[in-house]
Amino acid sequence: MSIVKRWGRPAVLVALLAFGAVFPLVFTAPLTTDYAIDTLLFVGGVVAWNMFSGYSGYISLGQAVFFGCGGYTVALIAVHQNLKGGVSFALLLVGGVVAAVVAVPFGLIALRVRRHTFVVVTIAMFFIFQLMAYNLPFTNGNGGVSTPFATWNPATYNNPYYYAAFLVAIGAIVLSWLVRGSRFGLQLLAIRDDEDRARGLGVRTMRVKLTAFVLSGFVTGIVGGLYVLFIGEVVPPGGFNPAYDLSIALMAFLGGFGTLWGPVLGALILEPLQQELTQRFTNGYASLIVLGCLFLLVILFLPRGLIPTGKEWADGLRAWWQRRGEPAPAAPQAGALEVPTGGAVGAAAAAKGSDVSGAGGTR
Amino acid sequence: MGRQLYEAIIDGILGGGVYALMAVGLTLIFGVLDIINIAQGILVIVAAYLSYVLSVHFHIDLFLGLLVTVPAMFLIGVAIQLLFMRPLRGRERVSMSLLASYAVAIILEGVLYTIFGPNTVQLNAWYVTDGVKILGGAEPYYLPYIYLFGFGLAVLLVAAIYWILYRTKFGRSVRATMQDQTAARLIGIDVNRVAALTFGIGVAVTAAGGMVYGSLNAFNANNGYDLISRLLAIIVLGGLGSIGGALAAAVFMITIEAVVDIWSPQWSVVVFYAALVLVLTLKPNGLFGKKEARAQ
Repeated sequence: MSIVKRWGRPAVLVALLAFGAVFPLVFTAPLTTDYAIDTLLFVGGVVAWNMFSGYSGYISLGQAVFFGCGGYTVALIAVHQNLKGGVSFALLLVGGVVAAVVAVPFGLIALRVRRHTFVVVTIAMFFIFQLMAYNLPFTNGNGGVSTPFATWNPATYNNPYYYAAFLVAIGAIVLSWLVRGSRFGLQLLAIRDDEDRARGLGVRTMRVKLTAFVLSGFVTGIVGGLYVLFIGEVVPPGGFNPAYDLSIALMAFLGGFGTLWGPVLGALILEPLQQELTQRFTNGYASLIVLGCLFLLVILFLPRGLIPTGKEWADGLRAWWQRRGEPAPAAPQAGALEVPTGGAVGAAAAAKGSDVSGAGGTR
Repeated sequence: MGRQLYEAIIDGILGGGVYALMAVGLTLIFGVLDIINIAQGILVIVAAYLSYVLSVHFHIDLFLGLLVTVPAMFLIGVAIQLLFMRPLRGRERVSMSLLASYAVAIILEGVLYTIFGPNTVQLNAWYVTDGVKILGGAEPYYLPYIYLFGFGLAVLLVAAIYWILYRTKFGRSVRATMQDQTAARLIGIDVNRVAALTFGIGVAVTAAGGMVYGSLNAFNANNGYDLISRLLAIIVLGGLGSIGGALAAAVFMITIEAVVDIWSPQWSVVVFYAALVLVLTLKPNGLFGKKEARAQ
C-alpha cells in the first residue's frame, strides 16, 4: 500500500516517458507517427495555454497569434538562409522569442480588460495578425511560405520531428509544473479566484499576468515553429487558425481546466480522435458535427473536466470502500495522474477544481 | 474622390444599420444572461439560408418570408437557451457558455455544409438588382433598393425592441434583470422565463439581419466566422450590454471600413479591428460601457 503510494506516481511517469521514447521505434508507420507528432504538438500547445488561461482564469482565444508568429519566423528564416534538416530546429528558439516579444504589447493591451471583453480583444488581435499575414509584403500573401525540404531517409523521416515534439511537450509540462508550484503560480491562482482581492493583498497583477502570457506565448511560438517545419509550409489560415484556439480550449476543458495534467490528458484523447474523424469523414462536415456534439456533451456532463471529476469519483469510491471496513484501493485510475504540485493551495485547487473560492495562498 | 467618399459613407451607414440590428440582439443577450452567444454569426447564416429556401423553392418574397423566419429563429433561440445555456452553472459558467455556444455554432456549420454544400449563394429579388440613382454625372451611382429597405427594416425592428424594452411589462422585467438579477428575482420576476425569451428575441433579429446580409453578399456557412468576429468587435466597442452603444459602434465601424476600403481593400478589415483595439486601450469598457463590465 504505502509502496504504491510512494512510488506509484513516479513509476507511472517513468513508464509514460519510456513509452513515449520508444513509440516511433515500435510504431513505424508514417501515418501513425504523423498522428503522434500532431498530438504531442497539441500537448505542448494546450499546456502552454493552460499555463496562462487555466491558472489565471483569463480565457485567451488569441494563442494562434503566437503559433503563427513562431511558424512564420521559423519558415522565413529557414527559406532566406536555406536552412534545412537538423540545423533548422535551432530556429525554434528564435520563433519562441519572437512570439514572446509579440506577447508583450499584445498583453499590455488585452490584459487591461477582463472576462468577455478580454476574450473578444484576443479574437480581434488574432484577426489583425491573420490579416497581416495575408497582406504584409514579406509573408507572401495567400501562397504562404514553404520551408526547404530535409533530405532525410524517408523510412524514418518523421523521427526527428517526433523527438523534437516530444521534448517540446515535456518541456512545456515541466514549465507548467514549475509555475504551478511556485510563488508566481500561486499569485496567478489568486488572480483567478479574485483579482481585486489579490491586488489588495499586494500581488502585482499586471506584471504577473503579463509574465504568464509571455511564457505561454514563448512555448506556443516554439510549437508553431515546429509544426511549420514538420508540415513544410505555412499559409495564413493554417498558421493563424481560429480552430486552433478553440481546439486547445476544448482539450483543456475536457481534461480539466487549470489542472496540471488535465490539458495533457485532453490533448492525448482529443487530437487522435479529431485526426481519426477527419480521416473517416472525408467531407469534413460530419466531423464538425461530431466534434460539436462531443464538445456539448463534455460541457454539459463533465463541466469541470475529466481529471477533477475522475478524482471526485475516486475519492467517493475510496470513502465508500473505507466505510465498508476494507482497506482503501490505492490511487485508482484518473487520480493516479494527479501529480503532487508543490504548493498546498495548488493541490487543493486542483483537487477541488473550480469550486475553491478565495485564494488560500494569499490569506 | 469626393464621390467615392460619399458612396462609402452611404454604404457604411446603411450597411451599418443591418449590423446594428444583429449586434443589438447579441448585446441584449449579453445584458440579460451574461453570455456571449458565439453562435450568433452562424445563426445569421442559418436565417439567410431559410430565406433562400423560402424564396427559391416556395417563391415567397424575402420580406414576406420574414413572417416565417422570425418566429423560426425565435424558437431556435429559445431552444438553444433551454437546452444548452440554462444547465450551465458554477464559477466557470461564463467561459463554459462561450464554449457551449461555440459548439452549437460548429454543429450548425456542419449541418449547413451538409445540406447546402460549400458553394456560395446569394438571395435575389427585384430590389436586390434594381437601384435608385443617387449621384448623377458621367458615372451615375445606383444604390440597390435593398440597402434602403434593409436599413428601414433594421430601424423598424430596433424601434420595436426599444418599444418592448421601455413600454411593456416584459421589457421592464428584462431591464430589471439586466440591472441586478438577484434583486429582480427577489421582487418576483421569473428570471428564467425572461432569460429564455430574451435569448429568443436576440436570435430572432438574425432573421432580418440574415435576409439583408444574404441579399448584399454571396454567402456560405463559412461566413459565420466573419460575421461573429465583426459583431463581437461592434458590441465590445459599444460597451457590452449597451444597446445604444451597439447601434453607434456598428455604424461607426462599418463606415470606417467602407471609407478605408476606397484606398486599400486589403487593409480595411485590419483598420476595423485596429479601431477596436485602439478604443479599448483608451476606454477599456467600450464607448458606452458601464463600470460593471469590468468587474470579474
